[in-house]
Amino acid sequence: MNRARQFGTLIGLAVLCAVLWILTPYFLTVSNLLNVAEQTSINAIVAVGMTFVILSAGIDLSVGSIVAFSGVILGIALRAGQPIAAAIAAALAVGAMCGLGNGLLVTLGGLPPFIVTLGTMSIARGAALLVTEGRPISGFTASFRVLATGRAGFVPAPVIATAAVYLVAHVALTRTRFGRYVYAIGGNEEATRLSGVAVRFHKTMIYVVSGVMSAIAAVILTARLNSAQPIAGMMYELDAIAATVIGGTSLMGGEGTLGGTLVGALIMGVLRNGLNLLGVSSFLQQIVIGGVIVVAVLLDTVLKRKR
Amino acid sequence: MTTAPPALEMRGIRKAFPGVVALDGVDLTLQAGEVHMLLGENGAGKSTLMKILSGAYAKDAGEILIDGARVEIDGPRDALARGIRVIYQELNLVPQLSVAENIFLGALPPLAALPGVVDRRALRERTARLLADLGMTIDPRVRVDRLGLAQRQMVEIAKALAPAAEGAAPARVLVMDEPTSALTRREVEQLFALIARLAARGVAIVYITHRMDEVFRIGERVTVLRDGRLVASRPLGEVTIAELVRMMANRDLTEHFPKARAPRGAELLRLEHVSRAGVLSDISLSLHAGEVVGIAGLLGAGRTELARVIAGADRCDEGRMFVAGAAVRLRGPGDAIARGIGLLPEDRKAEGLVAGLTVARNIALPHGRRLSTWGFLRPRSESALARPIGDELRIKATPTQPVRLLSGGNQQKVVLGKWLAGDVRVFVFDEPTRGIDVGSKVEIYNLMNRLTAGGAGILMISSELPELLGMSDRIVVMCRGRIQAQLDAAEATEERVLGAALGIGAAPEAVERGAEG
Repeated sequence: MNRARQFGTLIGLAVLCAVLWILTPYFLTVSNLLNVAEQTSINAIVAVGMTFVILSAGIDLSVGSIVAFSGVILGIALRAGQPIAAAIAAALAVGAMCGLGNGLLVTLGGLPPFIVTLGTMSIARGAALLVTEGRPISGFTASFRVLATGRAGFVPAPVIATAAVYLVAHVALTRTRFGRYVYAIGGNEEATRLSGVAVRFHKTMIYVVSGVMSAIAAVILTARLNSAQPIAGMMYELDAIAATVIGGTSLMGGEGTLGGTLVGALIMGVLRNGLNLLGVSSFLQQIVIGGVIVVAVLLDTVLKRKR
Repeated sequence: MTTAPPALEMRGIRKAFPGVVALDGVDLTLQAGEVHMLLGENGAGKSTLMKILSGAYAKDAGEILIDGARVEIDGPRDALARGIRVIYQELNLVPQLSVAENIFLGALPPLAALPGVVDRRALRERTARLLADLGMTIDPRVRVDRLGLAQRQMVEIAKALAPAAEGAAPARVLVMDEPTSALTRREVEQLFALIARLAARGVAIVYITHRMDEVFRIGERVTVLRDGRLVASRPLGEVTIAELVRMMANRDLTEHFPKARAPRGAELLRLEHVSRAGVLSDISLSLHAGEVVGIAGLLGAGRTELARVIAGADRCDEGRMFVAGAAVRLRGPGDAIARGIGLLPEDRKAEGLVAGLTVARNIALPHGRRLSTWGFLRPRSESALARPIGDELRIKATPTQPVRLLSGGNQQKVVLGKWLAGDVRVFVFDEPTRGIDVGSKVEIYNLMNRLTAGGAGILMISSELPELLGMSDRIVVMCRGRIQAQLDAAEATEERVLGAALGIGAAPEAVERGAEG
């Protein structure tokens, strides 16, 4: 059943590509496809964390702000002359701490994830603006920027990073105890608790995973832009939720796959790219993308009802 | 005998779900004014058949005739329009609205002057007329959440029979799914009287139940399903209880409670003066290896609360707990499981199972640590754990099926399987056979015997007195959060247990409810 659903999303992506290829032959060139992959990588990585959270029947609205906050910390550390590895570690730690805060407020505080992460969304954004006084931090060394500009053969570094993230996350979700608990918590939290699973701990860790994913995305974004901006990552939460849901993960939790999310992120990326190639105005683009999200989920719901 | 075509005829109905054939060529014929009993174990296909009738599911094959004319039922609205009404076990009323508003929810009368605004007087009068017509004495203005269960059920029936939304035919066929499971004896009598009145008006009634006394009390014909197939459809005058049970189970249930006594061993669990504010006070009891201790009591006596404290789901405020002689302080269910205590919760769907996960993954859920190395689950370890359990419990499903698709009895076996797969010595069973068919019940009793023979102890909460008396070595009777009496199996009778359960100054209503169990 799950597999059929994933296949459907994949067909959707293929149809989308075919249509764009007919409309604009440039779409299917290697350089453009690599471009799409590179542009998609950031949303795709953020969406990994979002998938973990949504699978557990939660939501994380703070991902975009965490991208900004961990990004500016990275920028500050780099500008202060810290080694790249230390700067990245600092960024990841910031992401993890933000996620930890979310997780603890949800589990120990007993607050709804929507409210907690809405608060963090504002707090992390404010913190990013505060530490930078609202100004971007720009101009990094080439050895840092290689994280975005580097290539292995012809594959851009961000694409490799994304593939690695998905591989690790997929294994974690399908082959580890933690992954099993993510599905179980989302499917029935009380039954999982009564089975002796440390639900609070694992739920907290899920938000930590989401925070770390945002920080990884921030590293790539900062390298790509050669600038750490406190206003980066606006609306990333919505793109990530859209990729997750288009990919077939149920907002009720307990059902979904990372493969689906990757395809969902690619559909969003391809659509943006195609609309740009076709010269569609950015205003109209918003309308089209919104429509695609609704139609994708509608199709899913209708098909589910049929069964 | 009537010569008119049957009010409803279902022929050769077939329905398959992924991996399961739920119905395979089932027939059901209903005459107008007939009370038709539909019997079968859980998973026999009764609910599926009724869901096809009500338009909730589409059939794969077969035909449906109403008054001799072939029809295709296209969704629940279409079924309503054809005069088919179904009352499910879970009631579908809006508790915050009044009786009248619930009954006419789909057809609220508008004010002539201001369409869009409800004409409250007309609504009240219509409802009063309908209720009087059905012989019900319920105030149309009262909010549904103020009503008792039986009265809510009456409202649900009135709603089903109301001249509902535009274009709906009057009720021709009324399906009731175990309507008496929550009713007291007097309420059951009211319901039966109503059923008789409806039948006299020509409504054909399908009545699903597990209670044999009801079958013979109100039924005219009976249809028995087993494993998705039709076993027989006969007038009730021609069959006996024993025959019906045999048809349902395909095996003779010579002994209802196959209790086997096991030698009493060492103490497994002891509670001393355990209290929890508002629900439990000063509970002391012990459980030995080889023992089944039954816990009796009325609804709200604190039985489930006690089970949850023992299983670490809730904390106790005072008192001490010993497992195998050692004092323990449980900080959560994980602690209890680590000490060999497993809970079979009262509400298996809400507390026992993750519906979307497979059979194997549900059974393996408490054993994640044991099945993994450095956090990685060993490949196939979950199904390796689950397969022998599935065989032992005769779970009718493969390890890779989501438990959502299983019948109630099989789901209960999966919950049991979680604890059989581990090192559990103390089993806390909260209503282990509720809503389960006769065959599965006996299987669970036999399993209890095997567990006690193997040196485990079982605390069994049950509202069915015969089951408690039949399967327990000792019975602890609870009343308002306290232990009212402890009785040996030899000295326990229904009267004594019930008397203790009622405590002092209990309402007569409660007496009936207890006796009903």
